[in-house]
Amino acid sequence: MNWFLQQSINGLALGSIYALIALGYTMVYGVLRFINFAHSDIMMLGAFAAYFLAPIMVRVFPAQSYSGALAVTVLAAVICAIIGILIEFLAYRPLRRRPKLTVLITAIGVSLFIEYTCQHASVFGAATRPFPKLVPERDFQFGGLSVNSSDIGVLIVTALLLAGLWWIVQRTRVGVAMRAVSFNERAAALMGVNINRIISFTFGLGSALAAVAGIFFSMRAQGIEPLMGVQPGLRAFTAAVVGGIGNLPGAALGGILLGLLETFAGGVPALSNYRDGISFAILILILLFKPAGLLGKPQVEKV
Amino acid sequence: MQNVYLTDTGRKVRRWFWPSVGLLCALLAAGCKKSNEAPATGGGDSGGGGGVIKVGEFASLTGKEATFGVSSHEGTMLGVEQINSTGGVLGKKLELLTEDDLSKAGEPATAVNKLISRDGVVAILGEVASSRSLEAAPICQQSQIPMISPSSTNPKVTETGDYIFRVCFIDPFQGTVMANFAAKTLKAKKVAIFTDVKSDYSIGLAKFFKQGFLANGGQIVAELDYSGGDKDFKAQLTEIKSAGPDAVFVPGYYTDVALICIQAKQLNLTAPLFGGDGWESDQLVKIGQDSVEGDYFSTHYAPDEDTPQSRSFVAAYEKRFSGKEPDAMAALGYDSVMILADAIKRAGTTDGPKVRDALAATKDFACATGKTSINAQRDAVKPAVILQVKDGKFKYIETVNP
Repeated sequence: MNWFLQQSINGLALGSIYALIALGYTMVYGVLRFINFAHSDIMMLGAFAAYFLAPIMVRVFPAQSYSGALAVTVLAAVICAIIGILIEFLAYRPLRRRPKLTVLITAIGVSLFIEYTCQHASVFGAATRPFPKLVPERDFQFGGLSVNSSDIGVLIVTALLLAGLWWIVQRTRVGVAMRAVSFNERAAALMGVNINRIISFTFGLGSALAAVAGIFFSMRAQGIEPLMGVQPGLRAFTAAVVGGIGNLPGAALGGILLGLLETFAGGVPALSNYRDGISFAILILILLFKPAGLLGKPQVEKV
Repeated sequence: MQNVYLTDTGRKVRRWFWPSVGLLCALLAAGCKKSNEAPATGGGDSGGGGGVIKVGEFASLTGKEATFGVSSHEGTMLGVEQINSTGGVLGKKLELLTEDDLSKAGEPATAVNKLISRDGVVAILGEVASSRSLEAAPICQQSQIPMISPSSTNPKVTETGDYIFRVCFIDPFQGTVMANFAAKTLKAKKVAIFTDVKSDYSIGLAKFFKQGFLANGGQIVAELDYSGGDKDFKAQLTEIKSAGPDAVFVPGYYTDVALICIQAKQLNLTAPLFGGDGWESDQLVKIGQDSVEGDYFSTHYAPDEDTPQSRSFVAAYEKRFSGKEPDAMAALGYDSVMILADAIKRAGTTDGPKVRDALAATKDFACATGKTSINAQRDAVKPAVILQVKDGKFKYIETVNP
């Protein structure tokens, strides 16, 4: 029982990080109908932004304080939002009227470009760097169960960000415009929606979430390197598809499901070797029975 | 302005075309510059024209095991410089050509093919990681170019063929040493093993450790796997913790090991962790900090070892690399080129088969890591040392002879 609870905690914390990244994939898909493969690298850039900001923030805020951590996270999120908007502006916008496949391949190109530029010795270099401690960490013990404060933190922050995102999309004018663009881009433009601005906003918001995910990911595994985004990015993309791509709660659900599956498969001695195989096999089964994802609605493609 | 992109797409694309081309050119230029520099850094001081003996090296200068590759490369470079300053080999200077394999599978084959067919090297030095040495070994074997791995410990490496050598001990020995250490010094009865399934080194070392520990009457309570490069190990560590081991054997490389140690402490897993020579890097302490404190690992060499060769190597290395203390990988990199130079001297030629025979006949050659002989399996027979992480430094515990 203890084993089960402990693995559930591990899985929930890991799943929340996947959920945060998956939200970015699903939001961009919602408005532009393509997968932004560079999203996982934004997550890596978020972690590196925090890595470089933390020593600067120590001068302003006391070391390992919540205010300092908040400042680092917000600034990293802003930096990543700007990078995300720039990527869309430079790489995707010129191709907006081209076939979706062109944009998709460009996205892969942008992703590889970021990864390998950052690996160059004069940028970040390929070596793993120790991620600084942003907040004092505590381990809580509940009769054999141990919960790290960062695990609780990531759960709470994910829940808050998800609620905030839901509010933005459902209750604000920008959110209405986002949904309108997602529904029919041309009609939205005719109704006076500034499409470019909405798409930039979506990229910025998704990238800011990726930055937060990157920081939490690095707090759990305190070594960062330019390729750190690849694995979680792939999982988060899968999570977004399983949840129903384009659907916000679906992405969160998919992320948490994938985190739990991976943790339970990885925690069984004879199976830990096949961890990813098992979790992805289950995900394929889900998609076989629900092709549009858990919360996605089946769509008829207009030809 | 609303419909700007609907009608003006053509113009917008054109507006972006030239800046993009410009950016691309700039990047290409930057890329070319890098590839021009790469061989130069490893080149050392070479003589001109035909008066050089070209030696190829492939190493993980960047990436996951970068500190291993860099240490090993620095040791090799120091060796080449010393040989050249004392007149070289057969009256010619050695020229070291280095290729970076980015710590990635697939790269060593490209690097070694390039070194052999394009640069025409007479021998290959490398690699630290067994998986990557195993990738290069068949190529060297086929081209009849002797290959010396400084520190790949998996037995399969030299089993590839009679042109493949190494200057370090092998994992059956290292595994037994750590099994005896766990049973006798740590007094552990129950041990859990946590293996990196992506690495031949880790799988091999885990296997030999298990055999040795069972032979000591110990019990393996949990065997779990991870995949090198993973960041989250809590699932497996939770299972290990619930098995209640006295100690946990983690035969991995330092980047993964540091994260494993951190997460083990977060889960309140108090049993000591221990591993093999894949742990020895200052990055282990830099990333792992307090979490690796008190843990043990076996390796090839401790800098406080007291032989004339070891002392002169440590002094020369510290002088050459501004006070940096050499680790085992640096010492073995140095030894690999010294043994190669000795073999070429004895062979009197750089002809592949003759150098091979001379390498195989190496006996009691005094190296930085002690007297080295190559046995019939083309492995070096050497003692192992056990170190402990203490106050952020590696402290010498004991030497185990084969």
